Amino acid sequence: MNTAADNVEVRVQISRVEDVVQARQHGRALATDIGFSASEATLIAAAISELARNIVKYAGRGEIVLRCEGDGTLRMIARDDGPGIPDTQAALRPGYSTSGGLGLGLPGVRRISDYFEIVSTAKGTTVTLEKWKR
Amino acid sequence: MAVPILKQGDVLIASIQSALTDVDLVSLRDALVNRVSSYRTRGVIVDVTALDVLDSFASRTLRDLAHMIRLRGATTVIVGIQPDVAFAMVQLGLTLEDIVTALDLEEGLAFLSVRPKQ
Repeated sequence: MNTAADNVEVRVQISRVEDVVQARQHGRALATDIGFSASEATLIAAAISELARNIVKYAGRGEIVLRCEGDGTLRMIARDDGPGIPDTQAALRPGYSTSGGLGLGLPGVRRISDYFEIVSTAKGTTVTLEKWKR
Repeated sequence: MAVPILKQGDVLIASIQSALTDVDLVSLRDALVNRVSSYRTRGVIVDVTALDVLDSFASRTLRDLAHMIRLRGATTVIVGIQPDVAFAMVQLGLTLEDIVTALDLEEGLAFLSVRPKQ
């Protein structure tokens, strides 16, 4: 079944703490539009919040792309051209943080994702995740 | 966006009205920790009913806030965590561990009113 929200793409430029709020609100709205439950939409908003914050904190600026794939998949891509994550495996371990945080952001995001990929080089980081509507 | 802080008896009530940025949350934490002494506060209630999301940063900041206020001799109660927000926190592995929570403002006030001063 196709809906009006299928194949919609939203891009949110991220550079300030206000943009983190913007990004997660867009994510919640889009998730709700394509039929995710309120709980799932909140989870999606929280995941986007983590990714957007990481951009502000570690890269300074970047973007979040939210895309409805049409088959009930919401794909979220967080992209920046910051310094990269030196050890992505460590960054995915709960409790690991280089910023004095709790190290619960990225591991939590991976845990709730139906698909998760992180590519990080000295030229930037791209995190891709998907939530599938059940 | 500043969060209004009300005083009711010896309790401070911070009633969050809309989504907050990380900077807003830290400002709220600092404002409450500072006001505990100037108003001879026994309890602090943070009403998060209006918060759309409690992610790792927000959870951590609320925990820090409660711990700092405890060190200042008062008790913090977090009230109004919405069902969907609670669901997402659990899925993400976020907790408020040893922090007191209550259903709503009324329950939070009831908790503080029966609690002897620490």
